[in-house]
Amino acid sequence: MKNRDFKDPYRENRIFTFRAILFWILMVALVCTLAGRFFYLQVMQHERYATASENNRVLLQPISPNRGLIYDTKGKLLADNRASQSLNIILERVDDLEQSLMLLQKLLPITEGELERFEKRRKQRRRPHEPVLLHSHLTEQEIAILAVNSHRLPGVTVEAELIRHYPFTKSAAHVLGYVGRINEKELKRIDPVNYSGTQSIGKLGVEKFYETQLHGLVGFQKVEVTARGRVLRVLERDDPVPGMDITLHLDSELQDVAELALGDRRGAVVAIDTRTGGILTLVSQPSFDPNLFVTGIDSKTYGALRNSLDLPLFNRALRGQYPPGSTVKPFVALAGLEYGHINWAHTINDPGWYQLTKGGRFYRDWKKWGHGKVDLALAIAQSCDTYFYELAHHMQVDDLHDFLWQFGLGQRISLDVAEAARGILPSTAWKKAKTGQPWYTGDSLNVGIGQGYMLATPLQLATATAVLANRGRWLQPRLLKSIRVDKDHIAELSSIEEVAAAPEDVKLKREGDWERMIDAMESVVHGRRGTAQRIGRDVSYRIAGKTGTAQVVGIKQDEEYDVKKVKERNQDHGLFIAFAPADEPRIAIAVIVENGGGGSTSAAPVARQVLDAYLLPKLAAEAELKERDKDKAEAASGE
Amino acid sequence: MSSDFLRQLPRAAHAFQSKQHILNRLHIDAWLLLLLLMLCGVGLMVLYSASDQSMATVQRQATRFGVALVVMFVFAQISPHHYRRWSPWLYAVGVLMLLAVLVMGVGAKGAQRWLAIPGLPRFQPSEIMKVAVPMALAAYFADRYLPPRMKHVGLGLLFVMIPTLMIAKQPDLGTSLLICASGIFVLLFAGIQWRWVFGFGSIVSAFLPLFWMFLMKDYQKQRVLTFLNPESDLHGSGWNIIQSKIAIGSGGLNGKGWLQGTQSHLDFLPESHTDFIIAVFAEEFGFIGVLGLLFLYLLIVTRCFLIAARADDTYGRLLAGSLTLTFFFYFFVNIGMVTGLLPVVGLPLPLISYGGTSIVTLFVGFGILMSIQTHKKVLPR
Repeated sequence: MKNRDFKDPYRENRIFTFRAILFWILMVALVCTLAGRFFYLQVMQHERYATASENNRVLLQPISPNRGLIYDTKGKLLADNRASQSLNIILERVDDLEQSLMLLQKLLPITEGELERFEKRRKQRRRPHEPVLLHSHLTEQEIAILAVNSHRLPGVTVEAELIRHYPFTKSAAHVLGYVGRINEKELKRIDPVNYSGTQSIGKLGVEKFYETQLHGLVGFQKVEVTARGRVLRVLERDDPVPGMDITLHLDSELQDVAELALGDRRGAVVAIDTRTGGILTLVSQPSFDPNLFVTGIDSKTYGALRNSLDLPLFNRALRGQYPPGSTVKPFVALAGLEYGHINWAHTINDPGWYQLTKGGRFYRDWKKWGHGKVDLALAIAQSCDTYFYELAHHMQVDDLHDFLWQFGLGQRISLDVAEAARGILPSTAWKKAKTGQPWYTGDSLNVGIGQGYMLATPLQLATATAVLANRGRWLQPRLLKSIRVDKDHIAELSSIEEVAAAPEDVKLKREGDWERMIDAMESVVHGRRGTAQRIGRDVSYRIAGKTGTAQVVGIKQDEEYDVKKVKERNQDHGLFIAFAPADEPRIAIAVIVENGGGGSTSAAPVARQVLDAYLLPKLAAEAELKERDKDKAEAASGE
Repeated sequence: MSSDFLRQLPRAAHAFQSKQHILNRLHIDAWLLLLLLMLCGVGLMVLYSASDQSMATVQRQATRFGVALVVMFVFAQISPHHYRRWSPWLYAVGVLMLLAVLVMGVGAKGAQRWLAIPGLPRFQPSEIMKVAVPMALAAYFADRYLPPRMKHVGLGLLFVMIPTLMIAKQPDLGTSLLICASGIFVLLFAGIQWRWVFGFGSIVSAFLPLFWMFLMKDYQKQRVLTFLNPESDLHGSGWNIIQSKIAIGSGGLNGKGWLQGTQSHLDFLPESHTDFIIAVFAEEFGFIGVLGLLFLYLLIVTRCFLIAARADDTYGRLLAGSLTLTFFFYFFVNIGMVTGLLPVVGLPLPLISYGGTSIVTLFVGFGILMSIQTHKKVLPR
């Protein structure tokens, strides 16, 4: 402390030099630390970060295949894919989501339902910067509105996607079904790789049954992306295999005719090409617009459809199980003939009722005063119930069951109609299992006229009619006509689906019974006293048919509905089965008109219109061809 | 200038023709200039890549380098004696300007850093303090008995803390740390006793929690938290550090090649041409390139230390030592931050990052160093 006021330059220099050397060493050490850090990151951990960098850079994007198109038999498009612009939001780029949504709602007609679903999707797992769908089907004008306001809407993008479209809307809804967004249950079932780029899946009908073929195989592309998810270039591409195009037997013109003929009545029409088994029409009225389901239906619209008393979502043609009524009589009669209970000459005297025992319950004929003296042919033509009460009385129900089974009743027999119901073909075993009670003869009597326990779907009735028309030869009903496997290869149904063994053809002991039964059915339409003689006027071809009337029992009566409606809904269902031309059948048809009253007045005219629409142009063309051939032959002979 | 020349002439007659001497006469240190030009060259090259090959950006930066070199040349001409005399005044003006910034400064993003005086271009007074603080402290301690007494250390610390806190208030944590460090470096070179250093260090660490609670802004706290656990905030500030580590790590030993870095070119690396530019360099030039760059920095720092050690007087030594350590501090903090060794503070990489004022300030520092080297009464050995 002696030299406290005197500076010592030498000492200062020494201290400085010492410290400078110290700091220099420290700096070298620190730079070595940095170098060590770089060594750790760049050499030791290189693999890890190289992978991370590659994962950052390269994105494997699935490319969804274009869904196969569906055509009708004449090549009309029933289902196609349309480009649709949809409004998406990239959440990472949105500053204030609530405000953006409010603004969007002001600009576009965004429904509460869409917001609801957006909220749901928003919370699902997704890649960063993946757009979340808010609103589909933007119009040009809406896109313009968005473009103008884009500066106020960061993160809002318009993207194009292919959306399933059903040009016939309501018309073929029950045949085609529809596609919809994949739900969680389906997510577990589907192949996650093949569906990685797909948003929709077939939910019902053809769309569901042929999902595998229609969907195709997913493609992939490796793309280089920026941090914001923008694709810079495609590094590698593996093209998707588009779904196969499908052609159905369905004839959309015929479908229209049937729908128009039904009008606004509830009912179903199923027509089958007897020569191929192809389903030509499959109408269930009322129907719905399948386009509603494609991008997701809002709960209000869905609720309205679901709760409608008319059950538009219910596929009557496939799942509607009705008492077949008198339409079953030709088959019961054939069973009677086969088992020897009756023959064509067997005649009864019908007083208008039948009794199992004297003084017992009256089983009434539809004609109060009876048909008088009736043989089998007349019993068919006039639909005499008493005749069939007696027949059913003498026949074992299990014999009847086994015989009718051969016509496809009580079973699901179509090739590619997934949703079809089984109906009920009762037997003693069935009743025992179902109710625990033995079979009573009275049950047989009801079954004999197609009532009681017996239930059949319109598709089953049409199928049985087709078998009858073909004189016992089986052709399973099918929707698919052909499928385009690839560019120049079209396959038939049999070659793509493992076709279930066709049921055995129905063989009768006396082959002649077919023709006689068909004659009897022709007289239903063309006979003077036939129940459907009204539609038999001015027909250029021969129709074999059978009317039926099914009593509506057990329909739920809800107090809320007005009396008029309930009354209307308690009316009988009208049924009609037919095929034509009787000698060389081409088409078999089953029609049911719910609560339409008697089959002869409600259902038969519908069938006639469909038959006319199908047959007349064909017959006319053939006649013309024949005429020309004849002319040619004459010209040739004239030379 | 000419008087100096005449005075030195007889003694240096034999060396007069040498190149070294011509540069010395121009007050240029050849070694330092060469190393700096190399670094600037590397900087422009990396910037070209990091800015997505924007020639305009590179030209702007090159212009800045040019201006900065001229400024350096001008500052090299001024004798250290003048600096010593101006030091207190410069410091006072700087503090007043900082005060003005706090009262009427302009800025962006919640920080008030700029001063707009009519007739002058907008500038950050904190840049002045980067030079003024070490100058003032060097001048202060050069006049005192060394090693400094407690009283002087205390006063010196006060001189450091005033601008530090004012800049921290703007807030500009990076610069305030830098200025604080530059002042403390002077103290360290002045020979402050080690037990005080450690004692003071422990007191500061004891006050860190208070600092955390009262002085730090939320975003600054966030940065520290993110540094401790980058994975906690994958899309916010943690993203930067994770992406920069990926960029560096994926570069490997040899790098992906110039202009081939994917992390920066595909925008995964944020602030790739400013604070995080070293990650671009590391990705494209690999570990070998990084070693070269670190060596270049080390050479510059070593050359500066040599200048400091050979300075004529205590003022020159203290100032040169502080400026050198500050430069080191600058690039060490930046690289430490980008590699995830240190928390993210907004410090650019000197002479490589794209940026305006800080380049000029840096070259002012190098100019002063050259002045110290070339204005000696005796020629360098």
